[in-house]
Amino acid sequence: MASSTADSPAGLSLEPQSRRVGEKAIVAWLFLAALAAVLITIAIVVALLEPAAEFFRFVSVTEFFSTARWTPTQADPEFGVLRLLAGTGAAVLYSCIIALPAGLGAAIYMNEYASFRVRQVLKPLLEILEGIPTVVYGFFAVAFVAPLMKDNWWTWLPGQLGEEPGTQFILAAGVVLGIMIIPTVASVSQDAMAAIPRGLREAAYGLGSTRMQVATRVVVPGALSGIVASFVLGLSRAIGETIVVLLAAGAMANLSILPNDPVFTMTAFIGRTSTGEIAYGTTTYYSIFAVGALLFVVTLVVNLISIALVRKFREVYE
Amino acid sequence: MPDLTERHSPVPETHHTTRDDAMAALPRDPVFVTDKLNVYYGDFHAVTDVDLSFGKNEITALIGPSGCGKSTVLRCLNRMNDLIPTARVAGTVSYHGLDIYGERVDPIEVRRRIGMVFQKPNPFPKSIYDNVAYGPRVTGMKVENMDDLVESALTGAALWDEVKDKLKQNANGLSGGQQQRLCIARAIATMPDVVLMDEPCSALDPIATLKIEELMAELRNNYTIIIVTHNMQQAARVSDRTAFFSVQQKSETGDRTGALVEYDLTTKIFESPADRRTEDYISGRFG
Ligand SMILES: Nc1ncnc2c1ncn2[C@@H]1O[C@H](COP(=O)(O)OP(=O)(O)O)[C@@H](O)[C@H]1O
Ligand SMILES: [Mg+2]
Repeated sequence: MASSTADSPAGLSLEPQSRRVGEKAIVAWLFLAALAAVLITIAIVVALLEPAAEFFRFVSVTEFFSTARWTPTQADPEFGVLRLLAGTGAAVLYSCIIALPAGLGAAIYMNEYASFRVRQVLKPLLEILEGIPTVVYGFFAVAFVAPLMKDNWWTWLPGQLGEEPGTQFILAAGVVLGIMIIPTVASVSQDAMAAIPRGLREAAYGLGSTRMQVATRVVVPGALSGIVASFVLGLSRAIGETIVVLLAAGAMANLSILPNDPVFTMTAFIGRTSTGEIAYGTTTYYSIFAVGALLFVVTLVVNLISIALVRKFREVYE
Repeated sequence: MPDLTERHSPVPETHHTTRDDAMAALPRDPVFVTDKLNVYYGDFHAVTDVDLSFGKNEITALIGPSGCGKSTVLRCLNRMNDLIPTARVAGTVSYHGLDIYGERVDPIEVRRRIGMVFQKPNPFPKSIYDNVAYGPRVTGMKVENMDDLVESALTGAALWDEVKDKLKQNANGLSGGQQQRLCIARAIATMPDVVLMDEPCSALDPIATLKIEELMAELRNNYTIIIVTHNMQQAARVSDRTAFFSVQQKSETGDRTGALVEYDLTTKIFESPADRRTEDYISGRFG
């Protein structure tokens, strides 16, 4: 081609010296892996939407969201999903009240205050905590947290909020969910904080900032997108968690956020109903998928809101 | 560089021929005096026995080959080394007669009086205004009018005219030289006594460098400036006194460590250095 014209010195070639077969194979493999991830996601959505659409042939969307009661297994079933949505909301609300400040606090402590040694111990510990199977947390809730709260109900703050609860109640579920997601929030937040350039921290200290000022004015604003990501990750885990809420919050579809009431969450319904004896093809069977699809939408909305928040508030360092 | 003496030397010409000649090498009104300053990073003895004094309203340059401990010494002066877990400081650094490594000294109070400008411009990813206002805000300075303070700091750093119409814009949008002057504005907004500069021009182009050098000559009227530079011409152009450091072998163990070789008036260092090593270094014969 044009590259081998007469005036180029003999032996000079700028063409590829090998065909780089290995590299091409690796790129193809990476592409397939990425493609698989996308295809699987699409497959999940389709598998969920089809039976969910079936459900909405029996129950209209308006009915789904406006009916007051949730009694899918009774003779004359009613499908008011707001009850489940509220149940999830209540449990997640308490978990966030605990996990967001505690997780962020732990991250700030690890990043700004802890000595190198302490951090060397704490970080892996958190990562181990993240890996504990959730059924263990469910057991922890039922066997330890719930009885402890119940027995001491009158001697501490929630006692002011209402009657002594039964064995299953929102607060027990919320607290344990919160404890469960603290490591996620702390660990992901701290990763984001550790990525703040050293120069910014030095600038802040050099101007006479206290550690707390460095944390609140430089590190947290700079790490905001990572911190919000940690919140969303924690929140998504809490929303999607099944066994803890089923064991600790129960299966009564109450419309309540009072700490001492039992509630039924979306995930608890799905988990409990799909393991029970329900006939294939019934409206109740399809309702599992409708609730699943709603769960999907809720998680999506949480993610979208967080992206919008991050865009608005983050400080981008170079 | 004879004009240097006229412009900057704090010692009147006449002293050069008097008995004070030997004394003139040391500042008469020191802001800092270090005594047997030693710094270790873990087991590594980074600088050994540095005795220096820094004069008020003077510019002192610390020069020497890379790794000889210039930054380390500079960072001792505002206790920035506290941020490095392995760093340990021995000896004393007295600031207006107070040992800043004394038991009851709060490093935050030290840093509020001794500002610092770093090698790489490091503005916060905030607005230009918020960058300058940062120091006064965190230190709880009593400020009657923050706008005025921001303006005067930016004017002091020779940046006001370039940014006065975009104070709310993010500082990351400025050029490297502007960012560095913003960092100087940010440092002087807290009205420090001393400004430490660690190779403030090494990331800048020659024109931006010239601007910063002119600015230093301005700032010298109100502040004591200590600057680390690996650029000998810069030291010769801007400073009143120069301390030359180099890396040496410790006599007992043979380990490498940074040490002060010679400290004198800048003119003396560059025109008639007393030490052979200084002469080799400034004439470029350093291996
Ligand atoms: N944080 C640190 N940890 C360990 N060693 C360091 C650290 N900072 C600097 N040093 C070492 O201390 C010596 C002096 O470094 P420095 O003060 O940065 O030199 P200079 O500024 O003169 O180039 C060098 O040998 C360097 O490797
Ligand atoms: Mg250095």
